[in-house]
Amino acid sequence: MTKPAKQIHLAAHFPGVNNTTVWSDPAAGSHIDFESFKHFAQTAERAKFDFVFLAEGLRLREQGGHIYDLDVVGRPDTFTVLAALAAVTERIGLTGTINSTFNEPYEVARQFASLDHLSDGRAAWNVVTSWDAFTGENFRRGGFLAEQDRYGRAETFLRTAWELFDSWDGHEILADKESGVFLTDPKAGSFEHRDRHFDIAGRFNVPTPPQGRPVIFQAGDSDAGREFAASAADAVFGRHSALERGRAFYSDVKGRLAKYGRAREDLLILPAATFVLGDTDAEARELAHDVRRAQVSGQSAIKLLEQLWNRDLSAYDPDGPLPDSDPDVSGDSISKGRAADRLHRDRIAVANEWREQARAENLSIRELMIDKAARQSFIGSPESVAAQIDELVQADAADGFILVPHITPGGLDGFADKVVPILQERGRFRADYQGTTLRHHLGLAAPRKHRYPDRSEVEVEVEPVAVAGAAS
Amino acid sequence: MSPDHPLHLAVALEGAGWHPAAWREPEARPDELFRARYWADLVAEAEEGLLDFVTIEDSLGIQSTDFNDVDDRVDQVRGRLDAVLVAARVAPLTERIGIVPTVVATHTEPFHLSKAIATLDYAATGRAGLRVQISAKPYEFALFGRRSAQPIRVQDFETPDVQAQIADRFREAADYIEVVRRLWDSWEDDAEIRDAATGRFIDRDKLHHIDFEGEWFDVRGPSITPRPPQGQPIVAALGHATIPYRLIARAADIGFVTPHDRDQARAIVEEIRAEQESACRVGEKLHVFGDLVVFLDEEPRAAAERRARLDERAGEPFTSDAHLFTGTPSELADLLADWRHAGLTGYRLRPGTIPHDLEQITRRLVPELQARGLFRIAYQATTLRGHLGLPRPANRYAAAAADRDALSAV
Repeated sequence: MTKPAKQIHLAAHFPGVNNTTVWSDPAAGSHIDFESFKHFAQTAERAKFDFVFLAEGLRLREQGGHIYDLDVVGRPDTFTVLAALAAVTERIGLTGTINSTFNEPYEVARQFASLDHLSDGRAAWNVVTSWDAFTGENFRRGGFLAEQDRYGRAETFLRTAWELFDSWDGHEILADKESGVFLTDPKAGSFEHRDRHFDIAGRFNVPTPPQGRPVIFQAGDSDAGREFAASAADAVFGRHSALERGRAFYSDVKGRLAKYGRAREDLLILPAATFVLGDTDAEARELAHDVRRAQVSGQSAIKLLEQLWNRDLSAYDPDGPLPDSDPDVSGDSISKGRAADRLHRDRIAVANEWREQARAENLSIRELMIDKAARQSFIGSPESVAAQIDELVQADAADGFILVPHITPGGLDGFADKVVPILQERGRFRADYQGTTLRHHLGLAAPRKHRYPDRSEVEVEVEPVAVAGAAS
Repeated sequence: MSPDHPLHLAVALEGAGWHPAAWREPEARPDELFRARYWADLVAEAEEGLLDFVTIEDSLGIQSTDFNDVDDRVDQVRGRLDAVLVAARVAPLTERIGIVPTVVATHTEPFHLSKAIATLDYAATGRAGLRVQISAKPYEFALFGRRSAQPIRVQDFETPDVQAQIADRFREAADYIEVVRRLWDSWEDDAEIRDAATGRFIDRDKLHHIDFEGEWFDVRGPSITPRPPQGQPIVAALGHATIPYRLIARAADIGFVTPHDRDQARAIVEEIRAEQESACRVGEKLHVFGDLVVFLDEEPRAAAERRARLDERAGEPFTSDAHLFTGTPSELADLLADWRHAGLTGYRLRPGTIPHDLEQITRRLVPELQARGLFRIAYQATTLRGHLGLPRPANRYAAAAADRDALSAV
């Protein structure tokens, strides 16, 4: 019994402000100049990728009270770059992360609807939340949101934006010069939304965008995040690219769709993945080793370890053993502005695990941090990497991957030139775009109006997101 | 005052043109108002005409003839796209012309807007600006639901309550511009060092918290986006009275004003210059542009006939805050040459209809001004600051740091 082979979806993540990006490489270019984004997006479009992806961070990261200076620092505004990229590309989707906490639904809906018009239907929104007062210091409201409210507000935010996208039915603009009727409906765009988070009403001033609504991405991994994705997202920006964990995640999230009346193909699972290519597998392995060491210098290793230990470890030798002392769980986190800070819930337990692994495998601090912070998803010759990707997709560990190159802006070039043609020859990846919108590339149906799931009609157990922070 | 500099010219792009019936003109493209190619064509046309910049109108709420509420009219253009994104969408398609979207300070975040305009400046390689606008309309407040505003009746406009309400919005806008500007400077130009030897990507001593604290918001900074190519992109504002003139004099690089004759122009310019003096900005170049709505045809009387036809279609005579000019491009050139003696350094022309009046500006008025030696015959600079004769400013934080160093060396 064989099921038909799945088509692979591929996307490209512009290298981010973290240690995956190797800025010290001689080939590394600007992370800010528009030319870099143009090169990156045009390469992805040449390779017929589904979309390019931009992340967002609204406060520069700090560690130990100082702006963190070992990684790439700084990035442009997501919306503005995507709108400018729409001018220099024709088909590729334009996906941006936009935080729901430090924005208002009317404005974000207006920006995404505008972006979708300006790109003729290529916009997508990765909805993320945060609640930290640290980031809030850059905004009118400050850190107003309790951590346990963040998914609640994010869901309501998305629901509200959704109502705004749907506030026009797509047929109101007649623009008939002869009769003088511009609008067939004097109330076009009317909306009213009142709940605990948002109390807004009026008329939305952007007519229905080409895709109806932008494609919605969700990136959280928690139970609440998965439920949010199953209920309302079109795609999940996942973090499990390895076979077993990928399959478990895939099956879990796809399994949640039915209770929202959705089919398995209504939601795509697209994990982030890194890659290192060589002419041969052996050469790729060697290169991968060098890349890992560039990604985690001795200095970076200490800083990364400090993020768990939550104390100054500058006196430690990165080539020596891990500290015997335990992490500081008494104070506020020394690392600010990283999503990953939240992962360290039980610092002592994780520290014990890491020490155990370092002892068992005889790893120095740097070697351990390379293992923890510089995992590479795909390593090999173009043939091997193509085969690995295909295998994972056919095994239902993913529907495709969002590739994260480590060099800006040329890090995608080799993949586009060498791996994509192999996937195309295998018949697993499009030889050319078949449609003009991102929804079409992703095989998603046009959105049905007013389909926003009402959780009150569905019995869902949502576990509280907040487990008291490590500082408690 | 005898003007010894050439004129600066901008056009204000609004939908199908500024006349409410403009969308019904034969050449109008009302079904393309939400398409990128429409805006790309207009900005390309303006660039052909060597204009300093275009502004792109915007509003958070839907267009309405009622100040206080939405209306039910179906005979006028309704709906628009976000102006910053329209600007970004056309930036890579142009090379020289400045691009100045309208932004509303009242309901938006200065942190987001600062990085958006900085990014526009990168995408346009030094040609970005912003035109700041306030919102006092109750129905726009309701779109955000965080605050409310009282309706303003025309007859109450001069009452202390209403004036205080408006003054608040402008003071908030002044704070907003202050935050936007500080964030642009929050990275020194050479903050990105990529020093492989020490492993440092930036010199963090060259990044600065802005620590703004105000009545409406506090913003810590620094920006997430490095200092834009122009250092400080252009800030412009439209004003009709003392309160906005004060904002222009204190915070802007260009003020758009709406005199209806030369004497009014002189009075407004004098008021702004006096405010500029009290704001201690005497040495700084501050442009004052006259705003005019223009209906242009080469044939005498043709423009007047066209405007009459538009008025008839609209069902009422067109009125505007700005002077309505109706005539030939040559007559307009006469007026522009004359009013500059009142101290105006340039003009922002609002085409009554698009594309017709826009093309009259770029293809008829501009050659007329060039023939008189009043307008550039080629772009002389590559940045918007360059077109406007504004130097790239020093970074306030770098200057402060240099002062400190100098002091400690004493």
